[in-house]
Amino acid sequence: MSDRAYLSTRKGLFELSRSGERWELGASHFLGEPVSFTLADPRDGALYAALNLGHFGVKLHRKDAGSEVWTEIAAPAYPPKPEDSADKVEWTNKLIWAMAAGGPDQPGLLWAGTLPGGLFRSRDRGASWELLRSLWDVPQRAEWFGGGYDVPGIHSICVDPRDSRRVLVAVSCGGVWRTEDGGDSWTVSSSGMRADYMPPELNENEAVQDPHRVARCDGSPDALWCQHHNGMWRSANGGKRWDEIKGAPLSSFGFAVAAHPSDPDTAWFAPAEADQRRIPVGAALAVTRTKDGGKSFTALRAGLPQEHCYDLVYRHGLAVADDGRTLLMASTSGGVWLSGNAGDSWQTVSTTMPPVYAACFASAK
Amino acid sequence: MARLIFTQQLARFTTLPQVETGAAQLRAGLDSAFAINPTLRGYVLDEQGHLRANVAIFIDGRRCTDHTRLDDPLLPGSMVYIMQALSGG
Repeated sequence: MSDRAYLSTRKGLFELSRSGERWELGASHFLGEPVSFTLADPRDGALYAALNLGHFGVKLHRKDAGSEVWTEIAAPAYPPKPEDSADKVEWTNKLIWAMAAGGPDQPGLLWAGTLPGGLFRSRDRGASWELLRSLWDVPQRAEWFGGGYDVPGIHSICVDPRDSRRVLVAVSCGGVWRTEDGGDSWTVSSSGMRADYMPPELNENEAVQDPHRVARCDGSPDALWCQHHNGMWRSANGGKRWDEIKGAPLSSFGFAVAAHPSDPDTAWFAPAEADQRRIPVGAALAVTRTKDGGKSFTALRAGLPQEHCYDLVYRHGLAVADDGRTLLMASTSGGVWLSGNAGDSWQTVSTTMPPVYAACFASAK
Repeated sequence: MARLIFTQQLARFTTLPQVETGAAQLRAGLDSAFAINPTLRGYVLDEQGHLRANVAIFIDGRRCTDHTRLDDPLLPGSMVYIMQALSGG
């Protein structure tokens, strides 16, 4: 059972710890600094904090298990941009948007997804990074564009627990991509998705899709869930084909999705009213849960604010622990809620935190 | 010798060297500081070697407007202030 969680916020990294049935805020780190993402590496217990300093750029720090000391390590950096490059994108790291640990057979291997769309790999716990040119150089990258930011970015990195060479990433806005060979080659993998924000002839272009978030069921890794700009999708075959989930209650718009760690049919979403009105439906916060692969949903509200609530749960703002029952949800208005019963009811941890970019649990392993 | 003075806002992240340099241009002057503390480079310049958008450099009271070449001349006795621009938040 996980007893620790982390909030990456606009004004620091905050710890949450379990105290009996309750969860409480604990220590803070980098207070005042924007922390865009935190990775708790289940393999060695190290904690990685990605900072996005307004003046001084993207930084990365690591705290080893059992240590109280943060050490600044290398941040992913783009190679020199060729002078004759026609690429309109600046080759500079604007944000570490996501990180993921490699498989248990890859000690020290880390992945990092960034704005403006580069995927990086470290083989030495962040001492050095390499840009995966195999993805950066795909011709379709010229079609990618920003979603919520001026430039595209990689926000979801799903390593297949069965085979660490199989990795799937999602790009806003550039579709879903997967590799079967450890990153040597990549295939766009958004078949079935639809982009209504594009002209009709481009609706089904796989490389312009905006998957807001993709989450994989670790215990059944062919099951993937996607909260997309245009709705909700699920794949039953590792992302080769995506099927739209229709008829979800409240709204099909949102950013976050969390996949149950072992049950491929269970997932949670945090719906918002619509693209043009990014607030909870009816200003009443709810999480929707399916237990049957998206055929039906239950709206879960107990303990969540139901009046004048304008909290938006961003793409990394909803997390589920290894037990499949403990959920953490945090908003861009600084609301933080925990559930110990798979979302049936929620405990308010705080309503006054800084805007939360990402929430995660430390692995209980 | 030109003197480089880094904003104390950077002191919470890394060590700030005291630098006096005979460099004739800004980039070479900055390089002399980065040679003492290589970590400082990534706080002032991006990975393409350009001055970060929200870092401001003043030489003898004049703000450097070119963020790419960094070839502003330094004179013996120049005072170079590396500051955070308020545009960065």
